[in-house]
Amino acid sequence: MYHHSEFDRAFVVDRAARFRDQVNRRISGALTEEEFRPLRLMNGVYLQLHAYMLRVAIPYGTISPDQMRQLAMIADRWDKGYGHFTTRQNIQYNWPKLVDIPDMLDALAAVGMHAIQTSGNTIRNVTADHFAGAAADEILDPRPYAELIRQWSTDHPEFQFLPRKFKIAISGSPNDRAVVKSHDIGLRMVEQDGQPGFEVSVGGGLGRTPLVGKVISEFVPVADLLPYLESILSAYNTVGRRDNKYKARLKIAVHELGLDHIRELVDARFAEIRPLFDGADQQILEQIKAQFTAPDLTLGRSTAEYDAARAADPIFRSWADTNLHAHKNPDYAIVTVSLKKHGATPGDASSDQMRLLADLAEKYGFGDLRISHEQNVVLPHVHKADLAALYAALKGADLATANLGLISDIIACPGLDYCALATARSIPIAQQIATRFDELKLEHEIGEMKIKISGCINACGHHHVGHIGILGLDRAGVENYQVTLGGDATETMAVGERAGPGFSKDEIIPAIERLVHGYLDVREDASETFIQAYRRLGPDPFKAALYPQKEAA
Amino acid sequence: MARAFEPVVISANDLFDGRVIYLTGKDEWVPHLRQAELITDEETARHRMAHALALSDHAVGVFLAPAKAGPDGPEPGHPREAFRAHGPSNYFHGKQAEEA
Repeated sequence: MYHHSEFDRAFVVDRAARFRDQVNRRISGALTEEEFRPLRLMNGVYLQLHAYMLRVAIPYGTISPDQMRQLAMIADRWDKGYGHFTTRQNIQYNWPKLVDIPDMLDALAAVGMHAIQTSGNTIRNVTADHFAGAAADEILDPRPYAELIRQWSTDHPEFQFLPRKFKIAISGSPNDRAVVKSHDIGLRMVEQDGQPGFEVSVGGGLGRTPLVGKVISEFVPVADLLPYLESILSAYNTVGRRDNKYKARLKIAVHELGLDHIRELVDARFAEIRPLFDGADQQILEQIKAQFTAPDLTLGRSTAEYDAARAADPIFRSWADTNLHAHKNPDYAIVTVSLKKHGATPGDASSDQMRLLADLAEKYGFGDLRISHEQNVVLPHVHKADLAALYAALKGADLATANLGLISDIIACPGLDYCALATARSIPIAQQIATRFDELKLEHEIGEMKIKISGCINACGHHHVGHIGILGLDRAGVENYQVTLGGDATETMAVGERAGPGFSKDEIIPAIERLVHGYLDVREDASETFIQAYRRLGPDPFKAALYPQKEAA
Repeated sequence: MARAFEPVVISANDLFDGRVIYLTGKDEWVPHLRQAELITDEETARHRMAHALALSDHAVGVFLAPAKAGPDGPEPGHPREAFRAHGPSNYFHGKQAEEA
C-alpha cells in the first residue's frame, strides 16, 4: 500500500499544528464560533447531538495493521473505546473533546492518516472497491489511481470552496462494488483496444434528490484522467448553484443544464488544460503504482486443510459459504469480517476488535486490511489453508457472524442516536431486524438481501439503493419509517420506489417481516433473490405484503 | 389562528467537550434539563434567547429546544431532545451514564 512521502508527512503534521492553533484561538475567544466552524469542518470535526465527532479518512478503504492499531489507541485514549466505520470508508469517533482533537490529529499524522477534507465543500475521501487488488473479476487495481486523485485533490487551491461537497468513487472491475454511480464522479475501469481507461459518470447522488450518474465519457485514457477530472470540477465550480444548498450538487447542474451542456463545458476546459499536464502526474502515478505491488502469494500450498474443516464443521462451512469472495488466485480467498453481529451496531468495532484484526491481517493476510462501504472489514488475501484458524480467532471476538450480503448485513447511518441532522433512529431498527430474522432462523433461506437504513433524507445509509430501503422521518414529533423497494447499488444501479405510507417504530419490524414472507411466497425457487423477484413481478405483490389491510379493504 | 406557543428551554453544546447544556433562570449553563428554565411565552423566549447569545462564548449553537413541564422540572418536548438529554439508545453512554 501507499506510504506517506516526506511531503505528505510534512503536510499532515502542519495541518494538525494549524488546527491546534485554531482550537487555542477559539478557546481563548480570539475566534468566534462562526469563524471557527469552517476551520473545524475542514479538519473533519462536527458538532453532533451529544458531543463533537471526528471523521477520519481511510483513503480508498485501505488501512495497514499499524494504522488500525493507532485507531484503536485513539479510541481508548480519547474516545469510548470504539469507532464507527462509515459508508464512505471513513471512521468516526463519537465522543472526542475539542481540546483533545489536536492530539488525536497528531496521533493520526504519526501513522500517515488525517481528517482533512472529510467534511466541507471540497473533494471528499476518494472511495474504491474494497476488494481492489484481489478480486477475480478485476481489470486493474484502482487504488493507485485513487491515490493519485487523493494527492491531486488534497488542498487543491481551486477546489477548496466548491458550491457543495464533492464525492468521487472508483472501481477497477466491471462489477461495481463501490456504488460509483451514486457519486458526483464515478470511475469504472474499462478497456479499449487493450488499453485500460475509465468510463466516467457524473451527477450521481443520493440524498433528497437521488439520481443515477450519467456517463459523460465512455473512455478516458489513464493519461487524461487528472486533466479530465479537473475539467469536470472546473465546470462544476463555474455552473454549480451557490444560491441554494439543496440544489448545489453537481447532480442538480447535470439535471438542470443537461448532460450535453455539461459535456461541452468539460470538453472546452479539457482542451485548455490538457496541454498543461506535462506528464509529471504520470510519473507520480508510476511511483504510486510501485507501492501497490501484489502480495507475494504462496504457490503450491495445499488447501486440503480447508476442505477438511469445511467437511468437519458446518458452522465454519456456513461462514465460508457466506463471507468469502473469489480471489484472483483460486488457492486464496477474500474474507469479509462482518461488523454486523446480530443486535450490534452496524459498522462499530471496539478497540480490541481493531487490534485483533490488525494482528490477524499480519498473521494471515499480508498485512492488508480494507474497510468496505458496507461497513465491514476485509482481509483481501488469505490462503484457504489458513481460513479455519482465522475463523477460530474471529469467533472469539464476536467477529465471525456468517451474514455477509444477507438480511442482517444492514447498512445504517448513526441516525438520531448521534446525528444532529437526523429525524429518526436507524441503529435500533437495524438491530431489531437483525435480531428478529436471527430468531426466525430465516436469514440463509432468504438469501441475498440488501437492507439500507437512513435516519434522514440525506441518505447516508444509502436507503435509496437498498433492495429494501428504510428512511426514518419525523412526523409531528414521532419517528416514522418509509419503505422503498427495488433499489440497487451495483453496476445496474437503480433508485428504489417508495412503497406507500410510513410505519411507526413499532410497526416497521413486523412490516419488514411481512414483506420478506411475501417474497418467500412469490419467488420461483430459492435461487431467485428478492431483487430478481421484484424485477420480475413489479412492486404489487410486495406492496400487498406490506399493506395487507389495504388489500383486504 | 396563530399556533399556541409551545414551551421551550434554552440549550446549546459546550465548547470544550460538546456536551449538551441548558440555561437556568440564574443564567448558568448546566448539564441537566430538569434544572433549566422552562419558558412558556414567546416574548420571554425572545428576550432570554437574545440574553443567552450575549452571555457566554462557551455555549455553541444556542437554540430554543422544545420542552414540557414535568414533576421534577422541564422534560424533553421532542424525541431529538430526549436523546440530547439522555444519550444514545445503542450504548449506555452520555448523560445517562454520567447520571448513573
